[in-house]
Amino acid sequence: MFNPESLIIFILACFVGYYVVLKVTPALHAPLMSVTNAISSVIIVVAIYAATETTFVVAYRASTSWLGIIAVFLTAINIVGGFMLTRRMLAMFAKKKKEGDK
Amino acid sequence: MLNELSVLVDITAIVLFILTLRGLSSAATSERGNIFGIIAMSLLILFCLGRDGLIIALRDHNITSVLMLSQTKVVLYYIATIIALISGGAIGYIIAKKINMTSLPQLVAAFHSLVGLSAVCIAVAVFCSPAAFGGSGTGLNGLSIAAAIEMSLGAAVGAVTFTGSVVAFGKLHGIISGKPLSFKWQHKINAALGLIIVIAIILFSLAQTPQMLSIIILTSLALGYLLIMPIGGADMPVIVSMLNSYSGWAAAGIGFTLNNNVLIIIGALVGTSGAILSQIMCKGMNRSLINVILGGVGGETALAQGSSKDHGNVKLCSTEDAAFIIGNAGSVIVVPGYGMAVAQAQHAIKEMSDILKAKDISVRYAIHPVAGRMPGHMNVLLAEANIPYEDVLEIDEINHEFARTDVVLVVGANDITNPAAKNDPTSPIYGMPILDVEKAKTVLFVKRSLASGYAGIDNTLFYQSNTMMVLGDAKKVCEGILRELK
Repeated sequence: MFNPESLIIFILACFVGYYVVLKVTPALHAPLMSVTNAISSVIIVVAIYAATETTFVVAYRASTSWLGIIAVFLTAINIVGGFMLTRRMLAMFAKKKKEGDK
Repeated sequence: MLNELSVLVDITAIVLFILTLRGLSSAATSERGNIFGIIAMSLLILFCLGRDGLIIALRDHNITSVLMLSQTKVVLYYIATIIALISGGAIGYIIAKKINMTSLPQLVAAFHSLVGLSAVCIAVAVFCSPAAFGGSGTGLNGLSIAAAIEMSLGAAVGAVTFTGSVVAFGKLHGIISGKPLSFKWQHKINAALGLIIVIAIILFSLAQTPQMLSIIILTSLALGYLLIMPIGGADMPVIVSMLNSYSGWAAAGIGFTLNNNVLIIIGALVGTSGAILSQIMCKGMNRSLINVILGGVGGETALAQGSSKDHGNVKLCSTEDAAFIIGNAGSVIVVPGYGMAVAQAQHAIKEMSDILKAKDISVRYAIHPVAGRMPGHMNVLLAEANIPYEDVLEIDEINHEFARTDVVLVVGANDITNPAAKNDPTSPIYGMPILDVEKAKTVLFVKRSLASGYAGIDNTLFYQSNTMMVLGDAKKVCEGILRELK
């Protein structure tokens, strides 16, 4: 079903994204890419739902669960990989900052 | 009760995700931001995993009835999900720990492909059991027309992201040639594929058959491949950001299908983020996004144009001479490019700048937005080598300084220093913002050979009287200079 509220939320979120990302310093564009990559894997919640949903046993199809499980696996790589990679990169920038202060 | 809790979790996660991006406005707040992101994601995942248990516990007002869950056949899937979660997480962890920073662009491309592929998996999963996702029926037309359109759009964008990112990965990793590969009727074929996808989505929304969904997905996979294949290596910063954007739109598409606000908002955030990055990259090359996507830059016309001109002589210079020139300068600006990344020369450069700084010579770094193969690529490599943050400057901050600088050391960059972008209207890169290195007293240009850059354009800088070419591998040359300076 189409929900017009979704569209409002979507447009507003685009504006929030625009103004927040515009403020990101160019030096941190690489961590920005890896962190957005990690958070776009938020679709993992749907994957988990698809994999484990219990309330639809009647209309239930095994393929949904298995596809969900595959998606959970793929997005989990992305989430942990993306956040860890970002952390590693940011640690390098932070280290520099401290040395610069000396 | 569950709904209220779910809204609370969603809002917390959304706010934390926005703060994650906001934290990246400075290096000081960025690490905290990343932790917010990790918390938000963990919260969402844990809530989703525990949801079934919560539903039952709340219904029966009894925690122990959660154990009833174990009597359903769903347990197998729970176990499989948790195994998938842990094994995927472990793989991601190892990859992120082990990866060499030089391979960063291809890793990001590979990660994008996973988002695309999972979006496709989820779309098909929704299609298989529409009733579980708010659809009305159990049959083939279980989804409403709007949901079917949104779902198939999500699947199409996901599929394009998947194959596009795989090709981008191949090109960045050197498995596929980085040269632009144009083929006959390239644009017509792509337009036709796009049209097929649109028609198939409309047909699918009316009659939700598996055949139509397969057509949408397969055509989108082909389109992703054909779109990225003709794009040259140096346009990759734009492409990687564009695919980043697509992975967000795919997530938003799934969010629309399921009326999931978290997915819609996060999808929009990631989508706009990628879009802004590609816009910045395009500006850095003075090209439109359409122009980049149409691809094929570096074709034969550019080559013929470059070689037909006679610019005069090139002055060559040994590493000993280069070391002497640098050692006697008062100020040095290093201009890094993709060649530095390939040769891994950043550590030698750092050591060199330490020696120079000890001699009271100022050393700074000038970063062009499209230097390297992804946004911020050079900054990360310099950070890896412990080069101080405040020495690394963006094009707008440092461009006026070149005229007052004694020596510019260009390491593995080319087109971003080409004065033809300013003074030769016939040049393919005319109008592109460049670093004004030619204004410096002396330009030392470290380069493997005298061949032209990716765009196949001759760099007029080589023939200037104040330019000296130091031929050789970027790392070897920098180490050579370093030895001489010691």
